[in-house]
Amino acid sequence: MDKTINNKAWFLVLPVFLLVAFSAILPLMTVVNYSLQDTFGNNQFFWNGVGWFKELLDPSTDLGGRFLASLGRNLVFSAVILAIEVPLGIVVALSMPRGGWTVAFCLVTLALPLLIPWNVVGTIWQIFGRPDIGLLGYTLTSMGIDYNYVSNDVDAWVTVIVMDVWHWTSLVALLCYAGLKSIPDAYYQAAQIDGASRWAVFTAIQLPKMHRVLLIAVLLRFMDSFMIYTEPFVVTGGGPGNSTTFISIELVKIALGQFDLGKAAALSLVYNLIILIVCWVFYTIMTHAGTERRPAEGGA
Amino acid sequence: MNSIPGRRVIISVFLIFLLLPIYWLVNMSFKTNGEIVSTMTLWPHQPTIANYMRIFTDESWYSGYINSLKYVIINTVISISVALPAAYAFSRYRFLGDKHLFFWLLSNRMAPAAVYALPFFNLYSAIGLFDTPWAVALAHCIFNVPLAVWILEGFVSSVPREIDETAFLDGYSFPRFFIKILVPLIASGIGVAAFFCFMFSWVELLLARTLTSVDAKPISAVMTRTVSAAGMDWGLLAAAGVLTIIPGALVIWFVRNYIARGFALGRV
Repeated sequence: MDKTINNKAWFLVLPVFLLVAFSAILPLMTVVNYSLQDTFGNNQFFWNGVGWFKELLDPSTDLGGRFLASLGRNLVFSAVILAIEVPLGIVVALSMPRGGWTVAFCLVTLALPLLIPWNVVGTIWQIFGRPDIGLLGYTLTSMGIDYNYVSNDVDAWVTVIVMDVWHWTSLVALLCYAGLKSIPDAYYQAAQIDGASRWAVFTAIQLPKMHRVLLIAVLLRFMDSFMIYTEPFVVTGGGPGNSTTFISIELVKIALGQFDLGKAAALSLVYNLIILIVCWVFYTIMTHAGTERRPAEGGA
Repeated sequence: MNSIPGRRVIISVFLIFLLLPIYWLVNMSFKTNGEIVSTMTLWPHQPTIANYMRIFTDESWYSGYINSLKYVIINTVISISVALPAAYAFSRYRFLGDKHLFFWLLSNRMAPAAVYALPFFNLYSAIGLFDTPWAVALAHCIFNVPLAVWILEGFVSSVPREIDETAFLDGYSFPRFFIKILVPLIASGIGVAAFFCFMFSWVELLLARTLTSVDAKPISAVMTRTVSAAGMDWGLLAAAGVLTIIPGALVIWFVRNYIARGFALGRV
């Protein structure tokens, strides 16, 4: 579908532009401003140039060390999350019932974790994993497994990852389900006539048809896992030690805990920039993949 | 043909995995603190609704829910009404800087809330909106408006443009066409977009907590009060948690038939 060129369309976009500019550009300018200064409280600011940025990228300083360590943890976390949630989501989507009331039941149940406030998600798992009052922690402990997410690094990580799988796999599953639903029956019939195996149907029909929604899923899951804050904060508070301190947690600690505005602002900018670059890459792949396969469809 | 072996087992196990922690929360909310701490019981042996009664009778508790609902609803209305025309523009026209604008909008959906917490605090304090539902509603627009534009653009694109042309030939003005023809056609899309705005505004905690102090305190911030000198009030915390799940569950029920398509942002 060809779009007509019409610059008057800007009038239709203007409200969105103004609203988002008000909430994005103004605060961003404040951040840039802070990032170049140092403060000793009392609203007194001193010019610091790119000092914070230098410190941020130098692992030998306190700020740089904390930033790079939490960045590493975040990257590992996002990688693990994607590696578990994407295949699991596909499997769940393929297992969805084909019709009847069970479909509605499954959809509503799948969507349920997505609608729970993030701090409540944290609370649920904080309770669920406790060895004294939680079902999971109690069961594991009585099976003789030494499990305590408060004091053991590995257990804390496992808890945070299982919690995220619980919370967000549904999103991937629902996206894939939507993709699968859009495949016309004729494709399957053709495959049956050709005598295609189950695996061939998956790789030749279902996976290519899902690739668009899968990209959205990967994009959303990467972004959200990369900026995760509330859930691990509630469950582990970033501990034990610093083992589950992700960048957002570090940032809030510096900004609202220590009121180190300069450092926090510099960290914010670098953090934002990383997300922006990764998303730009995803976005480009997504729109290109869309135009290559279906040239008729304009995409965004 | 499109099923996989053992699918009933897989889906059942997964649903149980999803429901078990929620069941545990519901279970705890009907217990007394004594029962929670002293014994491990799979269902409440001395069921009590005292935890719920406290929330419904104590104003500092139930006002949290009202405050949350206030900013969520304001945010949803604002997001949808500004996103609709923009979605139409992105779907139908090519204009100066459209691709860049679209990516810029999306990039705001991707910006971590933690980055904006402090500048928003300064901004909304400066314009006198701090501690009102409006501050939180406007702050949440930064990720909900781009998302709404994204979803609605997909739905508008699925409406054939011949419909626009016919309407204009029939003498419809643009606003009249928009309200009388386009909006009813993409009603399900609007429902889905509203659902997403509701969802992301409802579940967000960091900005909502940073931008309020007393009068507009959201429920998620009120919940932290269960930690007291006497230890955790687990039953009360669980009951408050259960009550935050209910609005979401109700909303899901209404959009259940469109939910899958909506999660694909109208793009399948």
